[in-house]
Amino acid sequence: MPADNKRPELSDLEYRLLNDYQRDFPLTSRPFAAIAESLGCDEQTVIDTLQSLTDRNMISRIGPVFRPRRLGASTLAALAVPEDRLDEVAELVNGYDAVNHNYEREHEFNLWFVVTAASREAVDAVLDDIRARSGCRLLNLPMEAAYHIDLGFPLWC
Amino acid sequence: MVLNELDQKIMAAIQNGLPLTPRPYAALAEALGITEETLLERIAAATEAGVIKRFGTVIRHHELGYRANAMVVWDVPDDEVEAVGKRLGAFDCITLCYRRPRRLPLWRYNLFTMIHGMNRETVVASLARIRQTAGLAHIPYEILFSRRRFKQRGARYLEPPKQVANG
Repeated sequence: MPADNKRPELSDLEYRLLNDYQRDFPLTSRPFAAIAESLGCDEQTVIDTLQSLTDRNMISRIGPVFRPRRLGASTLAALAVPEDRLDEVAELVNGYDAVNHNYEREHEFNLWFVVTAASREAVDAVLDDIRARSGCRLLNLPMEAAYHIDLGFPLWC
Repeated sequence: MVLNELDQKIMAAIQNGLPLTPRPYAALAEALGITEETLLERIAAATEAGVIKRFGTVIRHHELGYRANAMVVWDVPDDEVEAVGKRLGAFDCITLCYRRPRRLPLWRYNLFTMIHGMNRETVVASLARIRQTAGLAHIPYEILFSRRRFKQRGARYLEPPKQVANG
């Protein structure tokens, strides 16, 4: 791995835990012990380091990333929000438990969010509700095909 | 693979992440009233079947210094979109590559990619390299840099399993 792109605040162990275990996490009784063996340290150090990375918000979780559409339904949606209403409308959108990502982006359509629910009907109902309550133009952009196999994100990008 | 009732409970139990204890799977299995072995088998089966596309550390780009996150959208002729999508999806630094519907006249773009970088300049440089390497000079595109992040968490497809009250 190119060391010159490494973030200075990460130790070697932290870098390896972040970069090397985004997929194929050990499915064995003591996964942290298995990782410790690979990296040449001990189980408690692995656990403590992962806890520290979690506490510093660098790891969101160690767990599954589900393939879209296999469980339930989801869509990407965008709203064209007048600049002076953006905080208010962002808060409105955040209020839905079905919304799991919500970003401001530089565009006329300036609020982009992902809606995930148990069914297509439930997703559409949330979008109808947001459209009605916000009064903004809305794009509903469900995924039609995926061309990227998610292997995690290499830290040298 | 069709998830049975037990699989659904397992997916709900693991979706917020493993506890950081020496035997995390045993802890989750105990809460579900199943064996650790069964839990591990079902996670492996769901991964094998592609319901779980990966299982491991889910990092937070922003906190790791990737401050620029750009959605790059492309207006690709319909008969080229699959080939272009596969070419773009193969680049390391592109984290998502999806076809989505156009919504004319409001929205002309049908291919969506995500590029993360340390700052705007590195994202713009990556994009220039990608456009040249993939031969996309003729494809109209727009970069939508993110400004504020109002919410980010894992998708919740399932209700958490109901706690069974012990009499």
